[in-house]
Formats: sequence, structure tokens, C-alpha cells
Amino acid sequence: MSALETADTKQNLRRVAIDPVTRVEGHGKVTILLDDNNRVHQVRLHIVEFRGFEAFIEGRPFWEVPVVVQRLCGICPVSHHLAAVKAMDHIAGYHRLTPTAEKLRRLMHYGQILQSHAVHFFHLASPDLLLGFDSEPTRRNIVGVAAQFPEIARQGVLLRKYGQEIIRHTSGKRIHGTGAIPGGVNKTLTTAEREELRLDIDTMIGWARDAVGLVEQLHATRPDFYDVFGEFPSNMMGLAAPNGALELYDGALRARDASGAMIFDQVPCSDYDSLLQEEVKPWTYMKFPHIRSLGAEAGWYKVGPLARIQTCDFIPTPLAEEERKKFMAPGGGKPRHGTLLFHWARMIEALHAAETIRDLLDDPDIVGTDLMGEKGERHLEAVGVIEAPRGTLFHHYRVGADDLVSYCNLIVSTTNNNQAMNEAIRSVAKDHLSGHEVTEGLLNHIEVAIRAYDPCLSCATHAIGQMPLQVDLVDASGALVGRRRKNFSGDAA
Amino acid sequence: MKLVVFGWGNVSRGDDGLGPLLLARIAEARWADASLIEDFQLQLEHALDLQGADLALFLDAGKNTPAPFAFTEIHARHGMTHTSHALAPEAVLGVYEKTMGGRPPPSFLLCVRGESFDLGEGLSAAGAARLEQSWAFLEALERARGPLEWRARTE
Repeated sequence: MSALETADTKQNLRRVAIDPVTRVEGHGKVTILLDDNNRVHQVRLHIVEFRGFEAFIEGRPFWEVPVVVQRLCGICPVSHHLAAVKAMDHIAGYHRLTPTAEKLRRLMHYGQILQSHAVHFFHLASPDLLLGFDSEPTRRNIVGVAAQFPEIARQGVLLRKYGQEIIRHTSGKRIHGTGAIPGGVNKTLTTAEREELRLDIDTMIGWARDAVGLVEQLHATRPDFYDVFGEFPSNMMGLAAPNGALELYDGALRARDASGAMIFDQVPCSDYDSLLQEEVKPWTYMKFPHIRSLGAEAGWYKVGPLARIQTCDFIPTPLAEEERKKFMAPGGGKPRHGTLLFHWARMIEALHAAETIRDLLDDPDIVGTDLMGEKGERHLEAVGVIEAPRGTLFHHYRVGADDLVSYCNLIVSTTNNNQAMNEAIRSVAKDHLSGHEVTEGLLNHIEVAIRAYDPCLSCATHAIGQMPLQVDLVDASGALVGRRRKNFSGDAA
Repeated sequence: MKLVVFGWGNVSRGDDGLGPLLLARIAEARWADASLIEDFQLQLEHALDLQGADLALFLDAGKNTPAPFAFTEIHARHGMTHTSHALAPEAVLGVYEKTMGGRPPPSFLLCVRGESFDLGEGLSAAGAARLEQSWAFLEALERARGPLEWRARTE
């Protein structure tokens, strides 16, 4: 854990707050305490916890939960839908899905992964990698690379659209779809729908592969910068198949330490509560999960693409696995921890998602009509875990004899990454801000680190008028001496 | 004149549902030659929904919007935010320019002031009243559909 979490003394320190307020309920803010010589003494990322989720769900019939949880998050409704229904399968007594039902759920999930990663790449990663840094050497080096990829923006939109079409065909609607229900799914994929999706899948795979190539080439222009920006060693956690393959829909929990050594493997998801512990800190609403046996100081971890592709032994699709090996090579067998490497890992996963979608569409089971499993003994408690685009997502429920949810606990990806995000911005502040005059360009470096994680900020609401980014400069006496704000268009206000 | 209408928000978060609720009113009234798009958030692919439209209307709730609502013409903006979770309507127009290689259709935003946005809440009393006021305004817009006519009604 970084020494920059708490300053030794607050006297004679200047406070810089970067306040990315988003929507209504959730928001995040970065505070940096500097002394008169601009040396960094304390850096903290505060993200407002997801309040009200449990109250929204408790008291509802269990079969309704997979639908209503989609309203928790406007950006990852499919992830909440599938994590909830996996738990409710168990509650309802369905312990094995039919092959068609499981493959349709996987198709929906990989469609979500593809579209989410594509949005991130087009909207956040490629502008950051291509334009996000103001240093001349970086700009000069990337111009030639960028010229080779003139179609990035259009491809990003069409990749997103393709993923959304998969979700529409598997859940029935563009939003508010049902799709997965306890015990299976309630909609088949017709042959016509499958053929429509097959028409474009090879193009999508090609674009995803090109995107991996773009990130790889950009890193090659200046590896000394891209590889170490926001770098910090950490444990990593994700789901893995019994054979060690990357698994995004199902599987068991696995964690490695910063050097790649296994901490635990194949722990059933239902045991998460005994494996993980959530620590509360007085300066933020969001909890800090950590591996219970290692303690809070040594047991925190990161989740998401960079953790997943290094926690698994291999990716079970050939093109993505080839790219994973290339990605791992510079580490010489050890994991890599630079924050900007999240972008590279994310596009390897996008390629894996596209390959998996192709394989699922080619599978005869995908147009099957046997949608519901056999019902067995019901249970009163269950845990559903899925690898959401941003990382591991836990849904834990207890249901009474009256079928109503009596307990609900969610650990979302952003909470799992809470300590890691704090460490990332501390690393950036230490390396790039400390000792320098704080300029907008330097503060952008902090934003770049936040964007790499793309944290969820409880964004299921979106009222116009909210300012997603606010930077406050506050002097040692607490007086506001400057403010910059930015809206959802990225315009300063 | 082909119209595309976006109504976005979360009906499970109080007044955040004003956009989708207005969109539902339009669907019920069966406006002719209008495509209706509902979503939780505006995103990149909504730029594709602008293709072929002569006019675009965005319906949303606003936290600091002057009551009861504001009606403005909007234009493409290009810029970066800290998140990929949502786009502003101006950013969707910017994506259209960047990816389609042309100017988006004339676009207008009707932003209704909301008061309460908590999860699990219904419309606030003020939100419900403004829903009726803004619906009356939308009906008037529909009676004179066109960029010049709508521009004359902007603030």
C-alpha cells in the first residue's frame, strides 16, 4: 500500500481536488495535498458508494430480481442481469442449465463484453493513447501509428452496435429485456437472427485484432513511458476454468500475487464471503475489499482485463491467446502492472469476445429450443458471480420461504478495484506531479489513470446539468482559489 | 419530415424517468414518420440512429435546468470526459460528424427539470406536473414540425 494514502501532517499543505461528478447519486473526486514546493503528500480517490441497491432489491420476489437489477446500472445492465440470474438459478433449484440456455447466456455476455470494451477503446483509450498526453516526444511518435488506423472511430461505433444487436437478439429488447430467467432463458435465437449476426462476425474479429495491433504499436513507440505510467505491483483476481482458462461467464475464483505466484485457485464463488473481507476507511464511502488471509495491508488486489489475462493460464481462443503471449513476453514470465496496459489487455479480451461469439454462433446448440433445465431442490441462499467488463461482480442473496429476497449484498467491479485505483493515481501523482507546477496537462495524467479503469460511478441516472469533472484548487486555509469544470461533452465550463 | 426522438433515463430513479415517460406519450400518440429510441444512457451507437433523419429531438431530465423545462437547439461538440458510461447529446452529434462524415440533422433538446433522482422512487409531485407541461409543449411542437418552426420556440 502506498505511503501517500495519509500525509504525516496537514499543516502548510495545499489541497487540489479533481471532482468528476457524474449523474446524481454517484460521483468520484480526487484530492491531492501539496506543500508550497508542489511536493505530493497525500492522494485519495473518493467514490460515492452504491447506496440504496439493497433496499431496492430486498422485499421483491426472487424471480423478479434478474430484471430489476438491470436498472441499477445503465452501462452494465447485462452483467447485473446475468450475475443475479446465476444466483437465482440456485435459489429456484436449477443446478444445471441446458446447453442451449447456457450458450445463449454466454452469447449475451460476450456481446456485452465486446460492446463495452469497444466503447472504452474508441471513447477513452484511443484518444488517451493518441492524444491524451501533451509531451512532444509522445505526440511525434504516435502520429505515424495513428495514420495507419484512420477508421478507428467508425469501427468503434459499429463494434458497439454489433454487441448491442447480440444483446437485443438474446434478451428480446434493446433495453429492459428479460432473456435469462431462473433455470434458463425465455427466448430462442432464430436461424435468421443467427445468420444476421454471422454475416458481420469476421469483420468484427478483424477490427478487434487491428485494435490490439494499434495498442501494441503505440506501446512500442515509447515502452519506457507506456509500460510504467501508473505502475504499482498488486495481487490480481478473476474467474478461471478448472483447466486454468480465462473464464468470463462462470468458473471459480483464482488469485495470483504481484509476481504471478498462485494465492488461491478454484475456490467456489459461494465461498467468497470467507475468502474476502471489506474494510471501511473514514475518508470514503466505498469499501476496500481484500483477501482475508493476507490482511488489509497486503491482501488488496485488482480485477478487470489486466488482472484477468494474467491470472489465467491461457485464453481459450487462438487469436487472443497469441496476443496474450505477445503481451506477456516483455515481463519474462512475470505479470506486468502499468496502468495503461489495461487498454492493451482490454482489447485482447475484446478479440477473445469476438472469437467466442463466432464459435457460439457456429454451434448448433445456439438455435436449440430446449431452454429450461430440470428443477431440483430449492435453496434459500445463493451467490452469483460473473466477470463484468470492468471486473469481478458478486451478487449474494437470501430468500425467505415466502419467495421474497430478505438479504442482498453486491460487490461491484469498481469496489474490487478501489485500492488499485487509489494506488494508480498515487503512482501518477508521485511520478508526474510531485515537484512541478500543477498544470491542466499534468492533472490530465490523473484523469488518464482513472479512465484506464473506467470506474462505475453509479451512473444509472444521467440528468443533464451535472458536471462530470470538477477540479478545485484549495489553499492550506481551505479557501477555494480556483475551479475548473467539464461537462459530458468534455467541454470546459 | 423524418424525425428521430431519443428519450433516455431510468424510470426507477424518480424524475430521471421524465425522458422515457415523454417518449412513451409520443408512442401512444403515434406521431407519424418518427423513430423513437429509448435507453438508459446516450451512447456511441445512437449516432447511427440519426442517419436518414431530417430532424432530431432529445428528451431528458435536468437537475439544474430552469423550471419547468428548457428547449434549446444543440450542436456537435468534440471533447473528452473521464468516463465511457454516458454521452451528452452534443457528444452524440459529435460522434455522428466524426464517423459519418457529414453534418447531423438539426437537433433540439427538451430538458425537463427534475427534483428527485433516488433509486426506487417514482416521479416527484413537481416532476409529474412538469411532465404534463412539457407534454403540452411537445404536442405544440408536433403541430409545427420543422427546424425553422422549432428554432423559433427555443430560448
